[in-house]
Amino acid sequence: MRLRLAVLLLLAFMTLPTVVVIAVSFNPTAILSFPPAGFSWRWYVNVLTYPQFQRAAWNSLVVTGGAVLLALPIGTLAALALERARLRGRALWAAALLSPLVVPGVAAGLGFLILAAALGLLRSRIVLVVAHVALVLPFVVRSVWVSVRNLDPALERAAASLGASPRRIFFRVTLPLLRPGLFAALLFAVVVSVNEFVVSLFISNRVTEILPVAMFNYVVNYTDPTIAALSSLFIAATFLVIWLADRFLDLGRVFLQH
Amino acid sequence: MARPVVELRGCTREYGALRAVDALDLAVLEGEFLSLLGPSGCGKTTTLNLIAGFVEPTAGRILIDGEDVTGRPPHLRGLGVVFQSYALFPHLTVFENVAFGLRERRVPAGAIAQRVKEALALVRLEGRERQRPAQLSGGMQQRVALARALVYRPRVLLLDEPLAALDKRLREEMRDELRAIQRAVGITTVFVTHDQAEALGLSDRIAVMQGGRIEQLGVPREIYERPATRFVADFIGASTMLRGRAASGELVTVTGGVALRVAVGRVLKVGAEVELAIRPERVRLATAPGDNVVEAEIDALVYQGAQTELTAKLADGQRVRVFVTEPAPIPLAPGQRVRLHLPADAFMVIG
Repeated sequence: MRLRLAVLLLLAFMTLPTVVVIAVSFNPTAILSFPPAGFSWRWYVNVLTYPQFQRAAWNSLVVTGGAVLLALPIGTLAALALERARLRGRALWAAALLSPLVVPGVAAGLGFLILAAALGLLRSRIVLVVAHVALVLPFVVRSVWVSVRNLDPALERAAASLGASPRRIFFRVTLPLLRPGLFAALLFAVVVSVNEFVVSLFISNRVTEILPVAMFNYVVNYTDPTIAALSSLFIAATFLVIWLADRFLDLGRVFLQH
Repeated sequence: MARPVVELRGCTREYGALRAVDALDLAVLEGEFLSLLGPSGCGKTTTLNLIAGFVEPTAGRILIDGEDVTGRPPHLRGLGVVFQSYALFPHLTVFENVAFGLRERRVPAGAIAQRVKEALALVRLEGRERQRPAQLSGGMQQRVALARALVYRPRVLLLDEPLAALDKRLREEMRDELRAIQRAVGITTVFVTHDQAEALGLSDRIAVMQGGRIEQLGVPREIYERPATRFVADFIGASTMLRGRAASGELVTVTGGVALRVAVGRVLKVGAEVELAIRPERVRLATAPGDNVVEAEIDALVYQGAQTELTAKLADGQRVRVFVTEPAPIPLAPGQRVRLHLPADAFMVIG
């Protein structure tokens, strides 16, 4: 009983900020106050009709889509290489691939900013895509690596003995068996990229900025519940993605199989 | 004489400082069932992997049907392999597992359906086409693996301890079935095992391996009855070894003074050091003194139902292993004195 209470309190503590944000988003007045004074959809309308948010949403789609599309194959090959290749200093390679996790966002952002300036790419979304690839790669490598480790090497030998060339083995055996890891990688990459803020802030401008950056800029200038509405949409979208993944991809298995 | 299908010529495989296979020469003949038998680490699996092309020899050549295939990748060798772990593709159905090799060979869909059906009938797994490997028992999975390796009619079938993962009952059942299928298909087969009973029961010929080399190559009866080396005598049938000196052409004095008559089909050189081996099941309990009867004291015994395995100590301290068929003629207990009859024709002279 007491344990149950403790769990409930912990849950309340963890979800409180979310609850507040969602509640405020329905506030009919233009003040960020809690509890809300009534109920209204007007800030949601504002979100969906505000041109800068529309542009940022499109940027987010392009940047995240591009980054994930690049990071998945790169990360998969990296994971395979880490496990299989005759590699000198394997631990060092692994550390390098996972390092973006421990580099502070400000440092990484500054680095990308200086590089982008030097290359004259500051007005382009390419820098954002490249930065996001680097930021999601650790998650992709990690997830796929777990699946690679679980791969029975006898399966690939069996495929070879049955007449499959290395290329055919990769597509008919290796890749299908890495599917749980690839799905987990995809999920992580999307969530990390969509929510990325610090690094993106350094290397975007009004034209290229992605949603989190646009939200920040909005908050700097206005203090109405629009931002709460957008945050709520963000939360709902993330929830939906995770729920779908759990429903159809058996997320529990991906994380618990090891 | 049947012609060789697989030939290894002076094959060596080194892993760093370790020489897993050492200048091995071996010819596998058309249609025969050849076993590579030995303890773990003897090089038998490496030899199989050399034939399959999973590892390349550091020296030597490998020939299939007289053609040099050294350096040719496994998918171009056209062999069938069955693995100890089954190695079925978990993401494919039984049908697709068996069809795998046919699809790689671009066999038309209609023919694939027909041949998969035949292969599954051969291993008595009709009606399981749509199931996943995980839904089948270990024995069934191994039969799928066998069907998968046979369906495209490979030149040679390589079996890597295919029965080791099965429990005892199933293993014996699968052993008989394996032999029947191999006979029916008539395929040249190389079988890797550490189990001497399997090797003796299945093989046309056995190559006993140790330290990356073949200790002895011969038909099962020859291997069992005339082991060429001490290792073979000991590994197959767990023989007792006795050291002695030839007192005459057919008399050996074992240390301790006991003279044993031996009938090994040849005359021993008088005065030569001789090593004798005798199978535990050939030693008998004797009721009275006589020729080739020695006194001994029971050291240890293990009751096994059909027989009791005991170790008896001779006067000079050498130990003899004896299998006594149950029910034993006399009660057996540690410390008890017994007489052992070592028949002259049961001895094997090593070396």
